[in-house]
Amino acid sequence: MFEKLLLLVLGAVAAFLSLPIVFILNHAFKPFHELFLFPPTFLVRQPTLTNFYDLFLRSADSIVPFSRYLFNSIIVAAFTLTAVILSSSMAAYVLSKIRFGPKKIVMGGIMLALMFAPETVSIPRYLIISWLEINDTYFGHILPFIASPVAVFLIKQFIDQIPNDLLEAGKIDGASEFQVFIRIVAPLTMPALATVAIITFQGVWGDTQASTLFMQDETMKTLPYFVMSLTSGMANTVAGQGMAAAAGLLMFLPNLVLFLFAQKRIMETMVHSGVK
Amino acid sequence: MKPELARTHTSTLKAGAQPVRALKRIWNERMAYLFMMPFLISFIAFILIPVIMGILMSFTSFDAFRFPEFVGFQNYIALLTQDTVFMKYAIPNTLKFAFFVGPIGYLLSFGVAWLIYQLPKDARDIITLAFYAPSMAGAVALTVVWQAAFSGDYVGYLNNYLLQLGLIETPVLWLQDPKFLLHIMIIVTVWMGFGVGFLALLAGFDTVNKELYEAGKIDGISNRLQEVFYITVPSMKPQMLFSAVMAIVGTLKAGAISTQLTGLAITPQYAGHLVLNHIDDYAFIRFELGYASMVSVVLLVISYIAMKLSYRLFGSKDGE
Repeated sequence: MFEKLLLLVLGAVAAFLSLPIVFILNHAFKPFHELFLFPPTFLVRQPTLTNFYDLFLRSADSIVPFSRYLFNSIIVAAFTLTAVILSSSMAAYVLSKIRFGPKKIVMGGIMLALMFAPETVSIPRYLIISWLEINDTYFGHILPFIASPVAVFLIKQFIDQIPNDLLEAGKIDGASEFQVFIRIVAPLTMPALATVAIITFQGVWGDTQASTLFMQDETMKTLPYFVMSLTSGMANTVAGQGMAAAAGLLMFLPNLVLFLFAQKRIMETMVHSGVK
Repeated sequence: MKPELARTHTSTLKAGAQPVRALKRIWNERMAYLFMMPFLISFIAFILIPVIMGILMSFTSFDAFRFPEFVGFQNYIALLTQDTVFMKYAIPNTLKFAFFVGPIGYLLSFGVAWLIYQLPKDARDIITLAFYAPSMAGAVALTVVWQAAFSGDYVGYLNNYLLQLGLIETPVLWLQDPKFLLHIMIIVTVWMGFGVGFLALLAGFDTVNKELYEAGKIDGISNRLQEVFYITVPSMKPQMLFSAVMAIVGTLKAGAISTQLTGLAITPQYAGHLVLNHIDDYAFIRFELGYASMVSVVLLVISYIAMKLSYRLFGSKDGE
């Protein structure tokens, strides 16, 4: 009885909280006249692909076509993901299983940096990016994201669970440190890697800081920046709203798909997320 | 400490060979250094150095063109004595915003996670997804939704429903009226706040030893609330700490929400002005980078204190 009631109440709350998602899903498919109907409608009546058509084709005439932002986003996300997973898992392996002199200091730094929000040091970051002369390059999008304390922490916690005997056995069989890492540690750490991939993807895919600060060239900016530019002056731009909804939906979908694929693994990783 | 896996041993060289020994140790651990390299380099370049630079710059007057000029604590003194916008708006707004988004949002996450955990297993995933989805979509994508919902004219969704219900007589300018903006920022941020920390809490319930509940019953725990307080919370403190740290980051990052909602860098009458907006104002509008860095440092110190507090609350006694 308690369970049924609880399910009902939680279900209702959950449904209410996912209204924005339902809304954006409907809004993106509304034809022009439905977007500004009075009284406003929540659900779409005659779904159309006009907004997506506008997004991809009509904006092709503008200075920077939508497809360019999308392309940039995909490139940046793909490279950042790969880089974060590689660098974080390698660092996590060392911190968990290998003798390493300054381990205590590095670990302390990571624990402190868990609360790091890049927004707080945007000025020095901007200066560093300028000195490295990676403004208006993909490096400017990717490099600042590679250091991900949360990723290292989550993977390290997960590797801690792998028994040392297993790694020893590998070494006795003549595997090098690198082979142990690739053949034994990496496969066993898959759930954590999947989790980190998703968290990183969400961060990068939705990031506007790099585009606003480090990229002056419009052709190097990414999808969220484009969505932001559509919404920032939206109160008046009638045509923008449908396009913004369509673009917003395109931003949300990859996240959703990835999460659905990995939900089980994420929960598995989160079991080990405790800070002791 | 766990036993470490390494075939290497520090060589037992005689005294007087300290640097040699240190180098030798590093050489022996060369694989570890190699593995750490990519992470460490980018950690130093994009986290450590920026923080140090921020601290150094906070003691200067710097306009991005001329070389920064050392001014000692002048920026800090100006903040405390002259910056009325900071004192009158940024601080009170941020305290209120952070209180609801931080601790209250955290308690909500915990409560919801606990309730979800009481559900049968097959229902959990879908309900979790519904709570997590807004955070997953992200603030940028959902700006479209919030702007349409809180639009100040008759076609705004909230206005329209309230008008139909007869609760208001004329449309309310939700995002422009200083009375409402901060509240809407809080609601929206809490709405999108069921993120990684929430997932960690949910998973944390699985780490609690089930036998403890049985033992608790024998020891006289009579209701669920006592169970949560005496068994669940102490058992999953590590998860609660991780989640608390994530809540702090989330609150810090959420500072941009006022700009996203209103499309303005500075909100009308500073109604939604948070410390993060104050930094952006001085950094990218007034180009007083030294002063902006000083505000950043203050913000970092505040969040550091919040983290220390979380460790006090949830940290294990021996660690830290």
